[in-house]
Order: sequence, then structure tokens, then C-alpha cells
Amino acid sequence: MESVSNNYEEKNGIPHLTNEKLLIKGGRVVNEDQSLYADVYIEDGIIKQVGENLVVPGGVKVIEADGRMVIPGGIDVNTCLMKPFLGIKPVDDFLQGTKAALAGGTTMIIDHVTPQPGDSLMEVFEHWQEAADKKACCDYSLHVDIPEWNETVKHELELLVEEKGINSFQVYMAYKDLYQMSDSQLYKAFSFLKHLGAVVLVHAENGDLIAQEQRKILGMGITGPEGHPLSRPEELEAEAAFRAITLSNRVNCPVYITKVMSKSAADTITQARRKGSLVFGEPISASLAADGSQYWSKNWAKAAAYVTSPPLSPDPTTPDHLHTLLACGDLQVVGSAHCAYSTSQKAIGKDDFTLIPEGTNGVEERMSIVWDKSVAMGKMDENQFVAVTSTNAAKIFNLYPRKGRIAVGSDADIVIWDPDSVKTISARLQQSASEYNIFEGLECCGGPALVLSQGRVVYEDGNLQAHPGTGRFIPRKPFPDFAYQRVKFRNQGKQGVTRGMYDGPVHDVACTPKYITPSPSARTSPTSNQPPPIRNLHQSNFSLSGAQADDNVPRRSGHRIVAPPGGRSNITSLG
Amino acid sequence: MSYQGKKNIPKITSDRLLIKGGRIVNDDQSFHADIYMEDGLIKQIGDNLIVPGGVKVIEAQGKMVIPGGIDIHTHFQMPYRGTTTVDDFAQGSKAALAGGTTMVVDHVIPDPGNSLLEAYDQWRQWADEKACCDYSLHVDITHWSDSVQQELECLIKEKGVNSFQVYMAYKDYYQMTNSELYEVFTFLAERGGIAQVHAENGEIIAEEQARMLQMGITGPEGHVLSRPEELEAEAVFRAITIASQTNCPLYVTRVMSKSAADIISQARKKGNVVFGEPITASLGTDGTHYWSKNWAKAASFVTSPPLSPDPTTPDYLNTLLSSGDLSVTGSAHCTFSVAQKAIGKDDFTQIPEGVNGVEERMALIWDKAVTSGKMDENMFVAVTSTNAAKILNLYPRKGRIAVGSDADLVIWDTDSIRTITAKTHNSAAEYNIFEGMELRGAPLVVICQGKIVLEDGNLHATSGVGRFIPCSAFPDFAYKRVKARKQLAVLKAVPRGMYDGPVSEYSMSRGGTPSASARTSPTKQPVRNLHQSGFSLAGPPAPDDIPIRPAGRRIVVPPGGQQERGRTWSCMGHINSGDVIHDPFQPPLKLDNSNIYGITTAVLVVDALICTVRTPTRRHHLPSEQPLMWKKCCLSVAHEAEEGLCLLDDLANAADRIL
Repeated sequence: MESVSNNYEEKNGIPHLTNEKLLIKGGRVVNEDQSLYADVYIEDGIIKQVGENLVVPGGVKVIEADGRMVIPGGIDVNTCLMKPFLGIKPVDDFLQGTKAALAGGTTMIIDHVTPQPGDSLMEVFEHWQEAADKKACCDYSLHVDIPEWNETVKHELELLVEEKGINSFQVYMAYKDLYQMSDSQLYKAFSFLKHLGAVVLVHAENGDLIAQEQRKILGMGITGPEGHPLSRPEELEAEAAFRAITLSNRVNCPVYITKVMSKSAADTITQARRKGSLVFGEPISASLAADGSQYWSKNWAKAAAYVTSPPLSPDPTTPDHLHTLLACGDLQVVGSAHCAYSTSQKAIGKDDFTLIPEGTNGVEERMSIVWDKSVAMGKMDENQFVAVTSTNAAKIFNLYPRKGRIAVGSDADIVIWDPDSVKTISARLQQSASEYNIFEGLECCGGPALVLSQGRVVYEDGNLQAHPGTGRFIPRKPFPDFAYQRVKFRNQGKQGVTRGMYDGPVHDVACTPKYITPSPSARTSPTSNQPPPIRNLHQSNFSLSGAQADDNVPRRSGHRIVAPPGGRSNITSLG
Repeated sequence: MSYQGKKNIPKITSDRLLIKGGRIVNDDQSFHADIYMEDGLIKQIGDNLIVPGGVKVIEAQGKMVIPGGIDIHTHFQMPYRGTTTVDDFAQGSKAALAGGTTMVVDHVIPDPGNSLLEAYDQWRQWADEKACCDYSLHVDITHWSDSVQQELECLIKEKGVNSFQVYMAYKDYYQMTNSELYEVFTFLAERGGIAQVHAENGEIIAEEQARMLQMGITGPEGHVLSRPEELEAEAVFRAITIASQTNCPLYVTRVMSKSAADIISQARKKGNVVFGEPITASLGTDGTHYWSKNWAKAASFVTSPPLSPDPTTPDYLNTLLSSGDLSVTGSAHCTFSVAQKAIGKDDFTQIPEGVNGVEERMALIWDKAVTSGKMDENMFVAVTSTNAAKILNLYPRKGRIAVGSDADLVIWDTDSIRTITAKTHNSAAEYNIFEGMELRGAPLVVICQGKIVLEDGNLHATSGVGRFIPCSAFPDFAYKRVKARKQLAVLKAVPRGMYDGPVSEYSMSRGGTPSASARTSPTKQPVRNLHQSGFSLAGPPAPDDIPIRPAGRRIVVPPGGQQERGRTWSCMGHINSGDVIHDPFQPPLKLDNSNIYGITTAVLVVDALICTVRTPTRRHHLPSEQPLMWKKCCLSVAHEAEEGLCLLDDLANAADRIL
């Protein structure tokens, strides 16, 4: 059994919240790389020993796992528990949301801090942290969304990375005139975030085209929720994903596509990965288990419950395709994008689909859905299940091996998973406060039998014993190896060709240049954060080699192009 | 029919010519026949023609006789910062004729803010004065406003222009935003124009240029380093997405890289109406010369998008051209002298962009694609001439050897070998980017407007005889499919009762999607191209009226919602033999081989009023006219126009039987 030497708890000086000593006996420990039978001994919220025949102090509470799977608690990388929309907040706050998470076997969430343009990122972040510290029942961390791009934002990003332990930031390619950034801004943001060692999250949809389509659809008199997917066809998602990947290739930084909702977007990511791009894709509970046909439901409230962006694809084969890609590793992480609004909140958009608050549930159902549709279907093994629900997220966001692994020294966020339990998802039984559950009626095989968060039993046999305020903020360091190791190797310079000065004739240029590319000014513009140039041979099929073999060989027969004597001039007789 | 007579174009020749013993090669077939021409038109084709006396006879001796080439992309006499390209219409069209091209299509480039019509008139004047062969014009849209729209209307209706180029590069100058592109494409789709795009991501290029200059890279290699081929591919992808949203035929000018060509090829496989134009330069050479130590040589290769440094690119593009994934070839001939190129000697972004290629185009394709066995002679005619004529709506007047067509033709010598060199080329430029290349295949005799302009290696071109050939809107080659898809664009709202439940308080002060104002703006007929959207829905029929959460909360079922059920088919999944269709008001219908003859899969989306029928090889769409009925489907099939007849009748029958 391997051992992890560093104890995070001590290192980070985080007070432990429990003194419970626990022994999980007779379970099969499943990590992303292997499964083995072992007992797990937990003390002070930390895994102290893993192995057989452990020597443990007396008076230890023993949990009999009876050969069931013991897996690292899930990490839900995408929740929006406080995302404001037109002055309203989702019905599931940190309390409700984390309770739902625990009930589903997820022991850590990473929530999106969503400042509005003009807000101070730092203030909004602190507001989020304060709310979460009071209410969260499980450990949490935060992504910060970047609603605009300017010097203040840059300064705040630096502070957030250096002082607050944030290493992931989301940018938007949609929401025109609100959050959307232009390609130039994205390029600058990517460059800057790379320099900070952060992971760039992208909401990939082409906002310009969406705005046009929305106008068109509304003009036709389509105001119901079906207008939502009609105005956001999946092509626009694929286009934006493609563009985001192109940008990340140019800048040589890792990019993480949040909410992969369609086959075409997923395929775009897959193809880019084949070419060596550093891209991660995150399908969510909704795209893995539901499709967009319900947007055409006659029941407005039901149709509106499915509204999220990018929308669920009306193609019913989408969930299956996404599971396949998840199983083979082309998509890496499963989130939930849990953002629950009540029907009366959704009804803000009753006469105009563009005003319907966007968000679906999924934090509670996430792990069961992946188990049921991937593992129980034979697409994925239990180790890959652990990878996509927990370990990969921990690696990408630099939480590994503190989270996402059952090993000595890791946090005691552990789930005993029952692969045989069958549960029918229903809004009646859910933890979330919303009236609708988009997976209503779905029978899911597999669920948590017991959940440990920070070494304490918080869920057992259907009973939740969560305590608000026990969740800790988990800071994350920049430059996660999983994303940045390759970047470092790809940072290699290009050089110009050394030539003599051209001293031949130069055509006079009219004094008011008309046809110019915007370089003269660009030349003096601040470029402090320009990354060094990259040459990723892996994906560009760019394979030139500087000087050409024929440079000194005159190509035309009988025409004089010779190496200039003494290199004084490169232009020789042209005639 | 005679175009000459119909369009009142003055006769320019009364030469009578007979080509004896040639093998006529069109894009669809080759056959041995004689051709008799009179007054610039082909009058007779066949064996043992009866012709008047005094006819000049050309013995073709079994050689190929092909339609004269059409170079769909040139920049002759293009103004650039107070100077013009060194090849004007006389020089340029001479070079064209020398290479076997008998028609050119030049780009009119108005400065942003200037009138399109004035620029058009200017170009017409230049070309009418000097052109030695027939010509036509594309107009580039360099900015977008109401007045531009009016001018476009006029250009399409009165001036004989049907293709317009927009730019995704040249930030702060020509570049358009995605929204503008959307509007331009929508506009052109309604009026039957072809949207051409210069596809490169200008924003990222600007960033990369600044970075290169800052690193001290100022030579021509900076050009290609700042414009990597991914940016071309990205822009092509985006342009195709926008074109598909607006249901507008798209034409990508200057396909320079493998990745861009791949994107086009994938999109065509998904059913997008998109045409790709590789140019002489990208088919014949690569971008390794940007690293040449000779500045002038390196600079002579500068064009945008740049030549790819990947040396396998030309071969790859020739392959896609042969397979039909790329449709037409141009030259983008735009030549500058070394002194003009030297404007950018200290800064690669200032180097005027353009390469030669109008003269070499046909021979180069023959050598690289036909002699290498990739392409046959008919495909050669298609990509050098016929497809261009079809896209411009000039077919069969141009691009075909047929009775009534213009007498623009070429006797092609498949065996002659020439070495390309700037010493002997007809362009005025000092460099030739194909210098030293040995090409097999060349024109032996070129006949333009019924007159011999090239014979025995002697060029007899006459300046000013070139006529402007007007192109009309809605070319079938591009628009047949688009029209069929327009009919499918029947989007309908879901009829629901009013939501009358509680509504949360909210403030509009901040945020929101830009809809409130959007609502009053003009709208267009929407388009939903199922062909490529992957949209085929839909889940199992879901009980809509089951109360979901009774727990003390009010859930509002829209009034009347329950009664509506059954009037529509909620949804159907994929249909296969053996499936049963349940309609609450009909007896169940079992599908088997008798009623789904010829169809393997059908996807029926009744709420959206669209029914898709898939055959083993392709998909067809049947829009249904009423929400509940497939019974009266009018069959309208988006089939590949160039594929000709398909099994429509079979499908129609099959559909009728199901419906």
C-alpha cells in the first residue's frame, strides 16, 4: 500500500472538526488506478491507515462494509448555488445544495462565483465564501467567473490566485453585451491566466449568433421554452468550443470546457485531443441523462425546468454518446451545473424564453446517473467511475491526492457505494428545494449506502445528518501538474531568420496608409503578459525547419539569384 | 440558344473556325467530334459537319479540346496604398490566355466607407479598357450599413454581380463581427447571392502579430508565424456555422491549408452547402520559402492566408480537389514588384500580400492532379472551368463545349513539358513563386470569343475586347438545395395555455439576455437544416399532465393543457421495422417491410412539424403541414443538386404509405 507523506490538515493549519475515530472494515477500496480489499482507519478527519489487519486504538467505531465498494467521495466541479439572475437567487443555497450533494455521494463541490460586470471580483468572492462558511455541509472550493476584462480585473485575479487559493476562472463566449468576451479579450485573458498558472474554464457558445437567433425566433412569435433550444442550436456550441480550443492552442494554455451538452461539441473536443490539444471536457448530469425533447412539453413549467445553457440537445442519442466518450477518457470530469430555480422564478420568462432563469438540478443525481448509464451498462469500469466522478476533478484543480483518493493522509471523504440499490428519482424524494426534477421517473441503479465527510458519517441508509457550517473552504494552488506539465515543455521559442538588410528599391507609400494591419500601434502596446511563443508540433502539423536546403541553390535556370557577396544585400540583380 | 443574340452584346468577330479531329472533354463526358464556330459562338458539334466555305480549319489530331479555363479569383490592377499591382487587366488577362484561361473573375475591393457602386464602376472601366478576355466581377463587402444593403440590391438586380466577399480577418479594417456576418449572410441568402469569405481569425492574428514583432521577428517568416493554419481552420468552421444558421451558400476563398480543407470536407459530409477554392499557390508550393535567406524571395510568397509550411499540403489539396471536396480553383493572382513588397522590409505586416498564378493554374493542376492519376480529364474540366461557371450562374454559356455556348476553348497538349520561370512568364512581376517547376501539360491552341489567341506558342491578345459577363442571382448549383431547405423552415411555437401561476419578483436593472429590444426588430424566415444539425429528436412520449410535486406547492398546469393531449403526437423516436406507432385516436400501426419500403429509419418530430426519413445513403426531410398529421406530407427533398436524380419517387411512395 502506498503512503502519502504529507498531511494537508496539519500543513494548512485548518482546524479539524471532529475527533471521531472510525474503521471501515471489509470493504473493497476502489481508486482510479486499482481496486483492492483493505480496511480504512480514520482519525481526525484524515485517513491514517489503509491495509489489512490494522492495529487501531480501542473504542473505535467500526463500520462493516461487507465487501461493498469503498470509493473516494465525489467531487462536483460545477455548481451555481448563489448565481444571481435579475435580482433573484436559486432556491438551493449552500445548505440545501450541499445536503443534496451529500445525499448523492458527493463530498465536495466547487461552486461558481458569478460577479456582474463592474463588481469587484474580490468582494463578490468574499461574499460567497462567507455564505458558504456559514451554510455548507461539505468541503467546498470556488471558481471565479470573469465577467469583463480590464486592468482592475487582472489585479484582482492575481490576488485571488496568490492569496485566496483560487486556480480556476471561467470566461464566457456567450451572453452578448453582458459577460461575453471578444476573441482578442479571450486571447489576453488566456495569456494572463496561463501566466498565473490557472485553469481556464470556458462557457462555449457563440453569443453573437445566439442574439441573432433569439431575435429571429421571438419575431416569429415563439416565446415558449422551445425557443431556447431553437435559438441555441448545438452547432453554436461546437463552433465556440472549436474557437476556444484554437485560442488555447495559440496561447499554449490548458482549457476546460464547462457543460458539454451536445454530441458535436463533445466530438470537437475529442478531435482536438487527438491532435494533442490540452483540453478537458465536462459533461453534466443533465446532458448525461436527459435530452431536450421536453422543451416541447405542453406543460410550460415542466418545459421551463429544462432550460439551461447550452441547452439539452433534442437529439435523444446524446446522453449515450457522452457516456461513451466519458468512458474512453475523451471527456474527463462530470459536473452537475446544479442551479435550481423554482417554477415561480422560472416564470419570469413566461412570455419570453430569453428571460427564463437558466439552470437545472443534478448535484444529487450525478453519481448515480454515471453509475447507472455507464458502469451498469458495461461502458466503464469502477475505477474509471472514480476517475470521472472524483479523481480527475481533484487532479485538474490541484486537490489531488488530498481529495479524490483513498490513501494515507488524504481527507476522509469516503463513500460506501452500493451498486445494487435501485432508486427512482423523483422531486418528492429529493433534497433540492425545487419543484421539478428533470430526471423525474428515472430508475437509477447504484447509489451511496454510507457517506463520510471529514471523517464523520453524514449519510447512512437514507438518513442525512448534515450540519451547516461544517464545510471548509479548500484553497488550491496554481499550476496543477495534470494540466500544466505539458505546457511547460511546449514553451519553446521561435526565432527570426538572420538576413542582411534589404537595401534595394522601396516603393513610396502614400502618406495615409489605408490597407494596413493593425501592427504599428500594436507594437507599442503593453504586452507584458504576452506568453513566449509556442510551437506545438503535436497538433499543428507545422514542421518547418528554419533554413531551407535550397536557400543557396538558385532555383531558376539561368537566372541569377545568388548568395549576396559579403551578405551586404539580399537583393541581387533581379533581371 | 444564343446568348449573344439574347443579351444584345455586339458581335466582336465574324471569324469562322472549324476544329477537326479533336476529342471534346466536358465535365461529364469525352467524345470525338468536330466543332464549328461562328461569331464567337459554337454553332455545330458532330461528325461530318456541313460548313460554309472559307472556314479556317484547325487540325486537332486527336488532342483534347476543353472549355477555356475560368479563373474565379484574380486581383488585376488592384490599388494598394497609392500604387497598383504590377499586372493590370491587359497584362493579367494576357497571362491568363497564355495559360489556357479564357475568363477571369476579378475582386472589386471598395475602401471601407466608400460606395460599392462607385468601386464597381471603376473596376468596370479599367477592365473594359484593357481586358483581353471576358471577365466578371465579385464585389467585396468591406463594411456593413443600410446604404451598403441598397447598393448590394442594385448590384445583384442591375449590375450582374452575384458573389460577394466578406472578411473575417484584417482587424479594424475589413473585418466583420459575427453579428454582421450573420446579417450579411441572411441578406445574401434572401437575394440569391453567394457569400464568399476570407477566412482567418483577424483578432487572434492581430495579437500574434504584435507578439512576433515584440519578439523581434520582422521578416517574412513572421507572416506565417502570426497566421498559423489553425486560425484559418477556426474561421472556416465559424463561417460554416453562420452560413448553416442563415441557410446561405458559402464559398471559402483561398483554401491554403490541410486543416481548413478538412473542415470544409467534413461540413460537406454533413450536408452544408459550402464550396472551397484552393488556389494555384496552395496547390503548387508550400510555405517553407518564408524562411529563405533572400528577403525578396521570401517576401514574394507573402499572401493571406499564408502558404502552409507543411510540405505535404499541395498534395493533400490536390487529392481533395480530385474527390470533389474542394470545388473550384482560382489563382488569387495579385502581383507586386519587389520594390512594392519592400514597403514591409522592416515589418512583415506591411508587406503587400499577393502571389502570381493565373498563367500557371491549369498546367499546374494537370501536372499535380491528372498526371499523378488523382483526377481524370473530366474532373479537370470541372475544377478549372465548369464548376466556376455553375457557381456564377454562367453555365452552360461558359464552362462547357456545347452548341450555343461561347467559343472559348482550348486544345490541350497533355505531353508538352515546360519549366516555369520569371524570365518567360507573361506577368510583369520579377519573381515567380513556381520558379523552376517543370510542368507537364499546356495549352496548344487557345480560342477566346471565337478567335485564335494562342497558336504555335504565339500570343495574339487584343486589349479591350474582353466583355463583362453579368452573373444572375440564385445559381442552381448552390441554391437548389437552399431553396428546398427553406421550405422545411416551419418552426412553430408549442400551443400552450397561458402560465398563470406565481411569478417571482425580479429587477431588470442588470443583466438579462438582449431580448427586450430584440423583440421588435425585423425578422426573417427561420431556417432549420436538419440535414446537418444532428437534430432528430425526441424522447419517449412523456406524460405531461402528471402532477409532479404535490408537496404543498402550487404547480400550474396550463389551462387546457390536458385537453390538448392527443391532438398532437408528443414525440416519436427512431422508427424501425417492427415498431408500433400509437396514436390515441387511431388504431396502432405496426411498421414492417411493406409500409417502410426503402426506408431504414424515420424520425418523426411532430411538434416541430418535421419528419425526417433516412435511407441507407442519405436523409430526406418531409415537412408536414398540420400538427397532427403526417398524412398529407408534401415531399420536398433536400438532395444533392449535383447528384442529379435520386429515388424520389420510391421515397414519396414509401412516405405516403407510412403517412
